[in-house]
Amino acid sequence: MRVSKFSGFRLVREALRGHRGWTPLWRNPEPQPTYDIVIVGGGGHGLATAYYLAKVFGQTRIAVLEKGWLGSGNVGRNTTIIRSNYLLPGNQPFYEFSMKLWENLEQDLNFNAMVSQRGIINLIHSDAQRDAYRRRGNAMLLSGADARLLSREDLRDLVPFLNYDDARFPIRGGLMQPRAGTARHDGVAWGYARGADALGVDLVQNCEVTGFRTRDGRICGVETSRGPIDAGKVGIAVAGSSGRVMALAGLRLPIESHVLQAFVTEGLKPVIPGVLTFGAGHFYISQSDKGGLVFGGDIDGYNSYAQRGNLPVVEDVVESGMALMPMIGRARLLRSWGGVVDMSMDGSPIIDRTPVDGLYFNGGWCYGGFKATPASGYAFAHLIATGRPHASAAAYRLDRFARGHVIDERGAGAQPNLH
Amino acid sequence: MLIPHPLLGPRDAQEFTYLGDARLLARPDGMAEGAEAAFYDYVYLRNNPAGVHRELWFHEHGDRSWLVVTRDTLTHDILGAELATDVVRRERPR
Amino acid sequence: MSRITGGVIDRGTTLSFHFDGKRYQGHPGDTLASALLANGVRLIGRSFKYHRPRGVFSSGAEEPNALVRLGSGARAEPNSRATVVELFDGLVATSQTHVGSLRRDALALNDLLAPFLPAGFYYKTFMWPKAFWESVYEPAIRRAAGLGRLSGEPDPDRYGRGFLHCEVLVIGGGAAGLAAALTAARAGARVVLADDDFRLGGRLLSESHDLDGVPAVEWVARAEAEFASLPNLRVLRRTTVFGAYDHGVYGAVERVSDHQPEPGDGMRQTLWRITAKRTVLAAGATERHIPFADNDRPGIMLAGAMRSFVNRWAATPQRTPADPVAIFTNNDDGHRTAQDLLARGVPVAGVVDTRDDAVAQGEYRVIAGATVTGTRGRLGLRAIKVTQAGRSEWVDCAALGVSGGWNPNVHLTCHHRGRPVWDAALLAFVPGSDNPPGLLAAGACAGRGSTRAALADGARMAAAALAEIGIAADPCELPEAEDSASPPQPFWYVPGTRRAWVDFQNDVTVKDIALAHQENMRPVEHLKRWTTLGMATDQGKTSNVTALAIMADLTGRTIPDTGTTVFRPPYAPVSLGVLGGGDQGENFRPRRLTPTHHWAKAQGAVFVEAGAWMRAQYFPQSGEAHWQQSVEREARAVRSAVGLCDVTTLGKIDVQGTDAGAFLDRLYCNAMASLKVGRVRYGLMLREDGFAYDDGTCARLAVDHYVVTTTTANAGLVYRNLEFARQCLWPEFDVQLVSVTDAWAQIAVAGPNSRALLERVVDGLDLSNAAFPFMACAGVTVCGGLRARLFRISFSGELAYEIAVPARYGHALMARLMDCGQDLGVTPYGTETLGVLRIEKGHPAGAEINGQTSAAMLGLGRMVSPAKDAIGAVMSRREGLAAETRRLIGLVPVDPAARLVAGAHLFPNGARQSLESGEGWITSACFSPQLGSRIGLGFLERGEDRLGDIIVAANPLEGESVPVRAVSLPFVDPTGERLRA
Repeated sequence: MRVSKFSGFRLVREALRGHRGWTPLWRNPEPQPTYDIVIVGGGGHGLATAYYLAKVFGQTRIAVLEKGWLGSGNVGRNTTIIRSNYLLPGNQPFYEFSMKLWENLEQDLNFNAMVSQRGIINLIHSDAQRDAYRRRGNAMLLSGADARLLSREDLRDLVPFLNYDDARFPIRGGLMQPRAGTARHDGVAWGYARGADALGVDLVQNCEVTGFRTRDGRICGVETSRGPIDAGKVGIAVAGSSGRVMALAGLRLPIESHVLQAFVTEGLKPVIPGVLTFGAGHFYISQSDKGGLVFGGDIDGYNSYAQRGNLPVVEDVVESGMALMPMIGRARLLRSWGGVVDMSMDGSPIIDRTPVDGLYFNGGWCYGGFKATPASGYAFAHLIATGRPHASAAAYRLDRFARGHVIDERGAGAQPNLH
Repeated sequence: MLIPHPLLGPRDAQEFTYLGDARLLARPDGMAEGAEAAFYDYVYLRNNPAGVHRELWFHEHGDRSWLVVTRDTLTHDILGAELATDVVRRERPR
Repeated sequence: MSRITGGVIDRGTTLSFHFDGKRYQGHPGDTLASALLANGVRLIGRSFKYHRPRGVFSSGAEEPNALVRLGSGARAEPNSRATVVELFDGLVATSQTHVGSLRRDALALNDLLAPFLPAGFYYKTFMWPKAFWESVYEPAIRRAAGLGRLSGEPDPDRYGRGFLHCEVLVIGGGAAGLAAALTAARAGARVVLADDDFRLGGRLLSESHDLDGVPAVEWVARAEAEFASLPNLRVLRRTTVFGAYDHGVYGAVERVSDHQPEPGDGMRQTLWRITAKRTVLAAGATERHIPFADNDRPGIMLAGAMRSFVNRWAATPQRTPADPVAIFTNNDDGHRTAQDLLARGVPVAGVVDTRDDAVAQGEYRVIAGATVTGTRGRLGLRAIKVTQAGRSEWVDCAALGVSGGWNPNVHLTCHHRGRPVWDAALLAFVPGSDNPPGLLAAGACAGRGSTRAALADGARMAAAALAEIGIAADPCELPEAEDSASPPQPFWYVPGTRRAWVDFQNDVTVKDIALAHQENMRPVEHLKRWTTLGMATDQGKTSNVTALAIMADLTGRTIPDTGTTVFRPPYAPVSLGVLGGGDQGENFRPRRLTPTHHWAKAQGAVFVEAGAWMRAQYFPQSGEAHWQQSVEREARAVRSAVGLCDVTTLGKIDVQGTDAGAFLDRLYCNAMASLKVGRVRYGLMLREDGFAYDDGTCARLAVDHYVVTTTTANAGLVYRNLEFARQCLWPEFDVQLVSVTDAWAQIAVAGPNSRALLERVVDGLDLSNAAFPFMACAGVTVCGGLRARLFRISFSGELAYEIAVPARYGHALMARLMDCGQDLGVTPYGTETLGVLRIEKGHPAGAEINGQTSAAMLGLGRMVSPAKDAIGAVMSRREGLAAETRRLIGLVPVDPAARLVAGAHLFPNGARQSLESGEGWITSACFSPQLGSRIGLGFLERGEDRLGDIIVAANPLEGESVPVRAVSLPFVDPTGERLRA
């Protein structure tokens, strides 16, 4: 199938002939009986995995099986933040690898996912917090990322609308990553989908995996709502459903599923430059190119697959926002939604083999999977194609909990709702 | 959400702090043979069901009792709540 | 002017208001939209993408076009829907979404460029050259996008929060809601009736029907009079129920004073959390339109809205009442508008009806089997092109009412992710079977929309709801009312080559949907996200179902097979101010004050937040220009004389019972059962995953009575964990717990003169080293009989005590100690000095026990007893923790003048610096008055083997790299002589 190359020139040409030449972004293939590699989950991570398997690792005969529509999981319901501002050696190089992939994503995919590096600022409200952020900022620099420690005066210049006057927890500074920012979440899924499809990957929608087929302890295929499919290797990237899907393979995971709410206001003229994170409450915010203030806070805190949360958390999140920047009081909440996040026991993800030969697992991204999308796809593809973990993701092993090599950024321990 | 406290009647969930799966009641014996494997399972692995879930809530801003609440994670319907102490005394093998 | 007679407005009072700087007049009862129409103002705003001129399209919450900025200064509120803004005297509104004047918007250029800006165009371009996205394209897009503008100033108003509990919540004050409320309230149930509007009646106010032979407005007035007499019914007007949450909890916002110029001393809005046993949803229905070429001009509106303006507000939609009005419909309801217009003396140019068999129901022209295929009038409709059987004619008209049928307002029924179901007879989605538990839909929102049906359904559903909770009720008697149902013809859009708008605000046209189809963005969520359909401030209230129908038409599938979007809270936009405005500024979180807070304040102390607490940070004295000077003075006083510090904030838990010792043996990694009565022991708690969690002291006051202290940060958490252990893990133990943090004021008395000072207040206890040695404790009395607890413990490394008295005596004890210690050099000190002293002594605190470190790292590995089961003991022996070789050590800069900061990473001298090659980090640092240089604590690989080594503390964030020497801890009094003096 001929693929529509996207460019401004092409857009003009199509406009002049009534846009008749645009072709489908991807095909709607019937699932084949056999694939070399089946990726379960047509979200950001699954689509990116398929894309890199085909593009970088030379794999063919790949299918992505999606139970709903492409991008219907958390890639389509997050707050679009990308950043590599982690502390621990197990995490930071991976997220910085992701950031570098973000920085070339549009040219790689020929799709404008609107990666926008307008910066993220984590606010500091105490001396102890400044010490912790200094350690983190240094970790970022030492991993090749960027970071800046901001004074209160710097902040007044950059974000003058914060409450500097009568805050219960005064703002004493901030840690900024200038290269962080946002990306258009749906666009990321679509860009990878279109790219994978163009490389021959079958993207099969409305195809739910209902079981795994194994032979002698090795995977040999999947059962689906559209019939059995044979596969040499199967990769799972089903954020929000990890527990349910892996249970089909008889595996229990160090993961609990929780609900995270997110919010967007009516469109407004530009008012918030980058991403801001409150350090004394549960609140982070950015403004989309379209003008809506996109914000969120903590997870609701209880196990849930309901994809919706409750009112107290709505109030708590907005209260934090009002405390941080009381100028948003006159903006209106337009829409709220809930996503199911797979909270791992140390707050960090898993990209690893499983006890079932040929079955690979990618999950436990907690509330932060979106920013990882490119690196997660790349590292998962690397693992599936070569059998070895990608260097940046070498710490994301399933056995780290048993062995005591946890990657606990918050130091919260084995309680998922505290991460 | 409203939690049907067995002693106090329906109480707003905001009065409570959530811990997680009620399997945490079944702490392994730390002095037993193979304790490390048992603790790995206890501390880290979860059934994480999409459906009926028995879970621990602490009435932190109330009477400070720990409850075992049975709740559906798909619908948030609550099917019952008991004092955790009662559950332990009933279910623990003696 | 286009004000006619009649209407539900108070003509005896005139209100004046401004729109775009021009003064107009209206009446109480008007909305901003009705008042603008009554003044002949048709152009009110511009669309989001193409900046097309737009006027009022609806008469309610679904309004996509008539958005204005309301008010000015800090109270300016962007994106306000003129159709729901209640008019008041002095109201100021400004149009938005334009550059230059509203009439000559420079960005109307976008409309000319529309061929180049189809659905999703921005995904296909702006990629070259790469650097231009962030520097050129995106900034331009951001400037052009957005709707209204925030003031940038803090919201000056106050917001309230309230809780309501009821047996029946009725949402909506129209026919169904009124009947439901009457039925439920008469049965004696506790009822809350919440209505969006400022006047009860819903669409009854917009129709010309009679109820029981009297105008509907009178029937509503009678119902209201009865409501006033029913104490078990609470009516919330101007209240939008915006979300259905779990277990019968509903979120609602009451606009308490938005209809006044300023809230004065009162609340602007109140957020109600309503807990209802049962809910009757009577939210009505929203009319849909029929897309046709150039269907977005000012003057084109929903036919039902037109009826509202004429009947309720006596405002006609044209510039003057003499201008002709046309109707475009696929159902009988459009004809009703024509009849009402005629009855009010408004000329009707004709009714264009898509149905071949349509006939006039009054004195007006019907063009049957016809469609509208074009319009004229750049800033206001002038004429429509009507096509019938292939022949077209232009019909002059200044307004067009469009009626495409009605969509039940099922939103709240879907807030628990329920899906509405397609009713093929009604041609509409109606509530499915999976409503939020306890919610019953009634009237038009359930697809039963004639006046008679809505009234009957409201009464019936209220009775059914009451029956479910055991309250007997008879449906209220119903008035005579019209009972005509008028399902539309399944005619969804007029095909054509020109743009036909589906979603007005976001400028999504039929062509965009066709392009989405062509590009395989066919699942409804792809359609929505690719085209932005339904994502504007109206959330697709007038566009979603129509778009589905168009996509269904393109794919050849049915509408229910094509899908339905998910409705989520809020039903209509809700101000952030009210959602989060309850406690703001300094009141964002409560402040916990120590018992000596007011005393310290009187001494001029500077305070710092410590979690919820406010603690004295330091006590500046005159002549001290910098906090560092105060801290050095305070620290020297402790090391040379005696200092006082309020340490009440540390958690205190009384543990009592015959099994208290055995119980604490399970909680602490070290042994506590063996502790002798009258003695204190340092204790370390682990998390069950084996990492260090909290440290403190454990004092045994009696055989069956311990007092456990925790860090300030973990006071509540440790208590929770202890209760978990007591109730859930070892309920067989005879042990009871009480958190006594707030019950006892505790003061650290530290320094060589501390014994001398305490001897002056403690009643008759021998404090000599022999009688009350280091780590002794006792229940005592002070100041002549006040009960107290005395602990000889030291965080500073000096001879030191902590003394606790009932909290209400804390202030007095502090004052007494200060009074009688003057000659001993007594000095109050704050948390800053506390920190300096503990770093000098090498005690770990929050930066060292940060949840990521183990007992071994802290140098406390031997405390984890292998001889007993305790929380965390097993997991602390896992391979990864056992192999951990970083250890807590002291650090001093080689150059005493060099800066040493916490957060620096440690590297071997001369080694390449990367995250992976790091050997540790500095956890805490301060200037040590004792050593005369900065000192630090840090974790270093094989730290205990490298004492004396010179390593590098790298802080690239601040451009520093400092050679430091690893040294043993503590920095002061390594042999503990001062401690035990």
